[in-house]
Amino acid sequence: MSRIESTMQALAAQGRQALIPFITAGDPNPGVTVKLMHALVAGGADIIELGVPFSDPMADGPVIQRASERALAHGVSLRQVLAMTAEFRQTDTKTPVVLMGYANPVEAMGYEVFAKAAAEAGVDGVLTVDLPPEEADECAGILKAHGLDLIFLLAPTTPVSRQLAVQRLARGYVYYVSLKGVTGAAHLDVDSVAAKLAELRKNISLPIGVGFGIRDADTARRVAGVADAVVIGSRLVQEVEAGEAGLAERLTAFLAGVRSAMDTART
Amino acid sequence: MNEPLHYHQPDERGHFGQHGGIYVAETLMSALDELRIEYEKAINDSEFMAEYRYELKHYVGRPSPVYHAKRWSEQLGGAQIFLKREDLNHTGAHKVNNTIGQALLARRMGKKRVIAETGAGQHGVASATVAARYGLECVVYMGAEDVARQSPNVFRMKLLGATVVPVSSGSKTLKDAMNEAMRDWVTNVDSTYYIIGTCAGPHPYPMLVRDFQCVIGDEAKVQMQDMIGRQPDAVIACVGGGSNAIGIFHPYIEVPGVRLIGVEAGGDGVETGRHAAPLTANAKTGVLHGNRTYLMQDENGQIVETHSISAGLDYPGVGPEHSYLKDIGRAEYVAVTDDEALKAFHDLCRYEGIIPALESSHALAYASKLAPTLSKDQVLLVNLSGRGDKDIPTIAKLDGIQL
Repeated sequence: MSRIESTMQALAAQGRQALIPFITAGDPNPGVTVKLMHALVAGGADIIELGVPFSDPMADGPVIQRASERALAHGVSLRQVLAMTAEFRQTDTKTPVVLMGYANPVEAMGYEVFAKAAAEAGVDGVLTVDLPPEEADECAGILKAHGLDLIFLLAPTTPVSRQLAVQRLARGYVYYVSLKGVTGAAHLDVDSVAAKLAELRKNISLPIGVGFGIRDADTARRVAGVADAVVIGSRLVQEVEAGEAGLAERLTAFLAGVRSAMDTART
Repeated sequence: MNEPLHYHQPDERGHFGQHGGIYVAETLMSALDELRIEYEKAINDSEFMAEYRYELKHYVGRPSPVYHAKRWSEQLGGAQIFLKREDLNHTGAHKVNNTIGQALLARRMGKKRVIAETGAGQHGVASATVAARYGLECVVYMGAEDVARQSPNVFRMKLLGATVVPVSSGSKTLKDAMNEAMRDWVTNVDSTYYIIGTCAGPHPYPMLVRDFQCVIGDEAKVQMQDMIGRQPDAVIACVGGGSNAIGIFHPYIEVPGVRLIGVEAGGDGVETGRHAAPLTANAKTGVLHGNRTYLMQDENGQIVETHSISAGLDYPGVGPEHSYLKDIGRAEYVAVTDDEALKAFHDLCRYEGIIPALESSHALAYASKLAPTLSKDQVLLVNLSGRGDKDIPTIAKLDGIQL
């Protein structure tokens, strides 16, 4: 059983939902990333999504674009992101780490080389935003052989036929993008998310996380009422952008507030 | 070539061999599906195609002539150079062939708003033009650096009623404009049609843009037969994303004995690394803007900044069909430098009284290198993809002239 699977099962057994924060590796500089990952765990993170910076983040809004640019200004590469994960693993063997980014840096390294290095570094899952299931067969096979879970996005517009294609290749959890747009957009409608998740669960047996547009503890609490996991990204990256002073403490405090709101979601 | 080539690309998921495909976030998948289905219906709808052809004839002014550049050919002392005059189209470039087709598609799909990315501004102008023509709202994304170096086109787009949004992320050029247009599309997908200007992007765009640009080569085949009683020995076109090149190449792919030569932007020289010539530089394949293709990137898979005097060729990738034509050896790809393109620009002005676009000047420059190596009875057909009025400020600045 993968670390993601066992984490999800343990939470489900307690009637709780996973809290999945996202930060971009190397933002604001490569030296603080591991410390920030530990700070996220201290705030109640169950899984960490670690953004791999890319020069052309087509699916991201301005907040995460700027995070990518800050990291790239320090020359942060996929290999360095793997090294950061390995360093995190020296003191945290429990919290799953999912690398989230775009296909090209992985392609450039080569799927086989990447999968081997990622598994050795202690990475648990991989989410490549621009690799839909139609193009993912080769990647999925290689990642699976190395014990890595391939995470897919689902959208409000994903038809049943493609839900089934995702179900065939996905492992760990799936990530439901709760609205049209790029990361960091506003206005998440929890009622429509609830309706859509009910439909998705007919075809998707994995836990379903919800992200895009979750910016505060109250929204997280309401989403936790209908989803298996809550993903928070741009809101945390804004915290990083606000300055390095007291950053780890601020991230921990913000997530702790979200965590406690989520844990009161189900009575 | 001895064996006749039977060419039918792409496959049903948009692959040209190992290139092409659909590499986008899940949020765009259904919009691309909808587009593909509507496009297939449209091209099989005789009414739609009749309207497209009517617009090309009466609004764009097609067919564009083929012109024998006799003085320049004589001066070069070799093969005869013929020019396919896409510069004479309404809006001054080949781009309008595609924007007419896509705007008709947008209207057919009930979209009230169109968006576009632009480099040199030619596609932006062509998009703004058809948006005005069909009463659609139009937003054009343009790299902030390109806004500065192509100011006449920025003003033209505004005159036509479009909103021009300067993009300041990344390298502030065409690729970043395309990222921003994709972000707009994913956010406003219900109301908005994205008019991609080149034969790149996720399927079905490379196929659809090619099909709308094939009018260039289809006409040229008839015109060459009329003028010289045969087809040219080589067809030469500049390649950034490669839409004018694929438009003139594609109808010739199955014609034996016609060399197809794509000319990339060599910038300061391919050996300097400051260029925009992924095919000539043997770049590795990669994934950008929804398709797999040869791509200029560093060893970590980050897309590198390109360099060209020509904003329209300043792109790190290339349409996937060009990558495929390179793989199968049906087309050759070469590069010329900024300086070589500039010389060809001036030569065409002085010998033929035609001011070419800097993009097209790359194709002209290669023709001027090739022609003297060939005999006087050989024929080169160069796609003169656009006129150079928009480049006059750039040229004046280089010559130290204040306009």
